[in-house]
Amino acid sequence: MSTTYQQPTERGYYGQFGGAFIPEMLYPNVEELRQNYLDIMAEPAFQEEYQQLLRDYVGRPTPLFEAKRLSEKYNTRVFLKREDLCHTGAHKVNNTVGQILLAKRLGKTRIIAETGAGQHGVATATVCALMGMQCIVYMGEIDMERQKPNVYRMRLLGAEVRAAMSGSRTLKDATNEAIRDWISNPVDTHYIIGSVVGPHPYPDLVARLQAVISEEMRKQLLEKTGSELPNYVVACVGGGSNAAGAFYHFLEEPSVNLVAVEAAGHGVNSGHSAATSVLGKPGIIHGSRTLLMQDEDGQITEPYSLSAGLDYPGIGPLHAYLADSGRARFISIEDEAALRAVAELSRLEGIIPALETAHALAALGQLGAGPDDVVVVNLSGRGDKDLETYLKYADTIL
Amino acid sequence: MNRIQQAFQKKGKDLLNIYFTAGYPTLDATVPLIKAISAAGADLIEIGMPFSDPLADGPVIQQSSTVALANGMNMRVLFSQLKNIRQEVAETPILLMGYLNPVMQFGVENFCREAANAGVDGVILPDLPLDDYVAEYQETFRKYNLRPVFLITPQTAPERIRRIDELTDSFLYLVSGPGTTGGQNTQAEGVQEAYFQRIEAMNLRNPRLIGFGIGDKASFQKACQHAEGAIIGSALIRALEGVEDAPAAATRFISSVLK
Repeated sequence: MSTTYQQPTERGYYGQFGGAFIPEMLYPNVEELRQNYLDIMAEPAFQEEYQQLLRDYVGRPTPLFEAKRLSEKYNTRVFLKREDLCHTGAHKVNNTVGQILLAKRLGKTRIIAETGAGQHGVATATVCALMGMQCIVYMGEIDMERQKPNVYRMRLLGAEVRAAMSGSRTLKDATNEAIRDWISNPVDTHYIIGSVVGPHPYPDLVARLQAVISEEMRKQLLEKTGSELPNYVVACVGGGSNAAGAFYHFLEEPSVNLVAVEAAGHGVNSGHSAATSVLGKPGIIHGSRTLLMQDEDGQITEPYSLSAGLDYPGIGPLHAYLADSGRARFISIEDEAALRAVAELSRLEGIIPALETAHALAALGQLGAGPDDVVVVNLSGRGDKDLETYLKYADTIL
Repeated sequence: MNRIQQAFQKKGKDLLNIYFTAGYPTLDATVPLIKAISAAGADLIEIGMPFSDPLADGPVIQQSSTVALANGMNMRVLFSQLKNIRQEVAETPILLMGYLNPVMQFGVENFCREAANAGVDGVILPDLPLDDYVAEYQETFRKYNLRPVFLITPQTAPERIRRIDELTDSFLYLVSGPGTTGGQNTQAEGVQEAYFQRIEAMNLRNPRLIGFGIGDKASFQKACQHAEGAIIGSALIRALEGVEDAPAAATRFISSVLK
């Protein structure tokens, strides 16, 4: 086999998915990154600085918590990987810490990012403050409205938040604007993409930086269950960075069931959904050939999810390959079920999850896991940013 | 010799390539605009195939694409509009410019065959990488006698420019500076000149057209000092916004550049 799940080809392909479909204006930037990322990440000095920041700044390793009351309810052993306890409240910072160190070594002085729910924007603004770098975050106008606290957080951290006004004014359009910024600033700027999407090498780079999640899981599982390998790993997927990190060190372990949970919105066939693995077909978005929601003319369609972090019309090429090959099972969860899962985790375990993460929790009943099975849910983020939404839907939740 | 090469050989310098978005400002404006643009003195015509997410384009072309899509423009409609275009405009080279995904979904072979049947001479797909073109598209392009046009930017390395120059018999699309289409040129004067002179000194096989940020007589003439001609897109689209008679507006605009 020419590719493994962990390692794309030299040109960035996972099976038929991946590649770098970018205009010439981006070629030198992306090529510079491609030629250097693996070498830089292998440098002992880089690793030392990265590991130190993960430990002392991010707060890693994050706990693996056995959720006993949730386990009782679903009659299986549920563990929660507490990425919500990372500094800034989600797994996103694992990636931004790594990429800002990379950007420094590439001699870049200006950082741009896109954000949907605002978690990646906050995580980027945070590391830019830490390193004293200029930071510009593109965010869809609609997302700025539904994730206001994160907009304020980014500004407090010294970042400039620019509204993406085109298209659906959400994550896809914020990404378009960030790419256009990079085209306009080809020399001094590094683009910190927040998910395992975009042109090669981004999907691989971000997956490697998030892989610390599953690396820790294996050690913690050995300690708590006597085996490094669980029966199930469950994670939500928008672009798919937390899922890539949670799956990474289990990709080549066929006994581990990988479960990716997408947002069904109002229902997969309602016309208001973000379930890309069901609704998408191969196409090109943001420089990557992947599964993509599009009409028959190849125009990209607008996804919908109540959660701002999951309404992306594509998925990372690794996930497209996992779906296509059957290595991962894809489940889609509607808005309402996700909201109910928010209440359930809050009441049973005293943990208020992010709305994105709640989609993964809502899939617990569909796994078919038995009483002796070990299920790890990647608790990718905390729910503080979503309180306004939770208040609005209090009737559903409470 | 293809129509693109003939156009360059005939005129040699000061060639004007006009871009417009198919289906803008109205769905049926495509053919009347081609006729008007050609009659007004443009030497090449670049027809934009609208895409929902045009990454290399600025707000003007993105907006015209959004309108065109809402008007009902798609690949099938475009090719049916272009069916008899060579009876109307015999010699002016026609290029299609767009993004890879709609072409992929239409089917590369279908796309090339329809384009060739319509009398299209060249294709510009900015997000089609060189390696992928060579590996997967070149054979089909050649079969249908279509020339690819590739972009070159100030950051494109010399050996890559040489490679691009070998891959086509049309022209090289020199992006004037950093930015998307329709932007202002913010570079220091000398920086841009040095870039154009560096390319000129390479003695490439293909002629060069400068694009991005060219929008009036002054910027057109300045570009023509450094290349065989220039490409205007966003400024024309702006001139078509909200007008009753798009072909007349296009004619007036082109006259203002060439007079």
